[in-house]
Amino acid sequence: MRTRWISKPADRDRFGAAQLPAWRNCRGLLREPGRTVLPKAEVRDERRSSVPTIGAAVDDFLHTFFDWRQIGNALPSLLTEGMRNTLLIAFLAILFGLVGGMLLAVLLLSRYRFVRLPARAYVDVFRGLPAIVTVSLVGIGLPAAGLRLFGRAPLGYAVLAIGLISAAYCAEIFRSGIQAVPPGQLQAGRALGMSYLQTMRLVVVPQGVRNVLPALTGQFIVDVKESALVYLLGLAVGQRELYFIAQEQQAASYNSSPLVAAGMCYLVITIPLTYLVNWMDRRLRQDGPRRGRPGSPPPPGPVATLRATDNVAGAQR
Amino acid sequence: MSSAITDADALISVRDLRKSYGHTEVLRGVSFDVAPSEVVCVIGASGSGKSTLFRCVNLLDPPTGGSVVVAGVNLTDPNVDVDAARARIGTVFQHFNLFPHLSVLDNVMLAPRHVRKMTKDAAAEVAHAQLDKLGLSELAHRRPANLSGGQQQRVAIARALAMRPEVMLFDEPTSALDPELVKGVLEVMRDLALAGMTMLVVTHEMGFAREVANRVIFMDGGVVAEEGPARHVLEFPKSPRLREFLSQVL
Repeated sequence: MRTRWISKPADRDRFGAAQLPAWRNCRGLLREPGRTVLPKAEVRDERRSSVPTIGAAVDDFLHTFFDWRQIGNALPSLLTEGMRNTLLIAFLAILFGLVGGMLLAVLLLSRYRFVRLPARAYVDVFRGLPAIVTVSLVGIGLPAAGLRLFGRAPLGYAVLAIGLISAAYCAEIFRSGIQAVPPGQLQAGRALGMSYLQTMRLVVVPQGVRNVLPALTGQFIVDVKESALVYLLGLAVGQRELYFIAQEQQAASYNSSPLVAAGMCYLVITIPLTYLVNWMDRRLRQDGPRRGRPGSPPPPGPVATLRATDNVAGAQR
Repeated sequence: MSSAITDADALISVRDLRKSYGHTEVLRGVSFDVAPSEVVCVIGASGSGKSTLFRCVNLLDPPTGGSVVVAGVNLTDPNVDVDAARARIGTVFQHFNLFPHLSVLDNVMLAPRHVRKMTKDAAAEVAHAQLDKLGLSELAHRRPANLSGGQQQRVAIARALAMRPEVMLFDEPTSALDPELVKGVLEVMRDLALAGMTMLVVTHEMGFAREVANRVIFMDGGVVAEEGPARHVLEFPKSPRLREFLSQVL
């Protein structure tokens, strides 16, 4: 059987050579209703000592991670409750991070030290702390200190904590993007009579944000993933997000397949997110490819003088 | 608002203008006037301070000393609303500095909308009229990056003119252009001069200076080394530095 599969080149191309037969075995296992996990571990040990075949090891591996019954059990609550709460936490944290990050970026770019310094300190602290520490400090520390901003709702604290971290990273992303806008843009805006803030808002920041869209995607993905840290705060049914649900079921069944299901749910969010932002990025650039935009000047001086000399003749004609 | 040192007739009046970067004094006391409808060209070698002069005249770079009075407003007075004053001064840069994220039309509309507080329709009308005048109508919906350098610079001129400035400042407007694109820009500037616009032009275009300028100012070492009627200064230079400069440029 196995040899037949492997010997078919078309199948070997599409699947890992040994994977498909094992997959079939795995499905076979599912048809044995009485089978539980723990005895299976024992069986595995026996097998290993007596008949150590690669096929058995692959079987165990697939059973641990791709037990379709376990996945099937987990999916309904993952796709409804889990997906909803993960998306909610991530969306609000991203929003918080974008708004906070933009404000911080403007402060970071200030001419005045006393404006820059607090923003700098904020960014350094929240970028420097492990996310798990920040989430614990905000989610467990704040309520313990009597600051029950969100009552007993852990999701609120998670959004705050992840948003605070995201704001720090977004601030640096925006700052670098805005600083990459050629200074001539600010000068041109000011020369037209627009105020500093008007020029920033209408000219510099829109270009800066376009510069950093791909970098922001990375941050959005981090925010989605960090939403899992809310599990630290303990969640009631209805508040549970993807990881919490999967981890509960894993603890109950001693099988990692629910975590794999949760993982796939995360990928269903993060991978399209990447392509969505890339698509937006392409669309924004479509009308104006970045090459040869104004503000990438050739060096002045001798070259400019030479050119000027070249066309004096033309101008004098 | 006009100050005592201002020549009442002058639209631009620069007095003892000084600018230092650290210990380097780039402008060491520059004084000159530009009368209404006059075209004054500023020439000089690289590093003579002419581009610094340009940035100091509209306060893009704050001068270290001296005064700049444009259309009766002393820009160097700390109490003056510089933004309002700059709205009356058209500025054209060497590298165009068009806004790459906006269409040509939006580039021209931006300041009328947000500085003059025009409605979108009114600003669009002004912008279309201005583009039309410079023969750029068909470019209205293109992005700057898709235009030639010459087209970009003409759009930049249109953008400045849409604010109905009383004075136009140019900083080497053709220096970043390929030679074959220079003529179109100079023609626009010549038409503008003929229409009576007051212009201060930092330039390397001796042909343009000779033909269009009323007066030429030769900058050297951060001061005005020689100034006078264009033809006179360019054909009968007095100082050896100007003679040397002209021999290199012409």
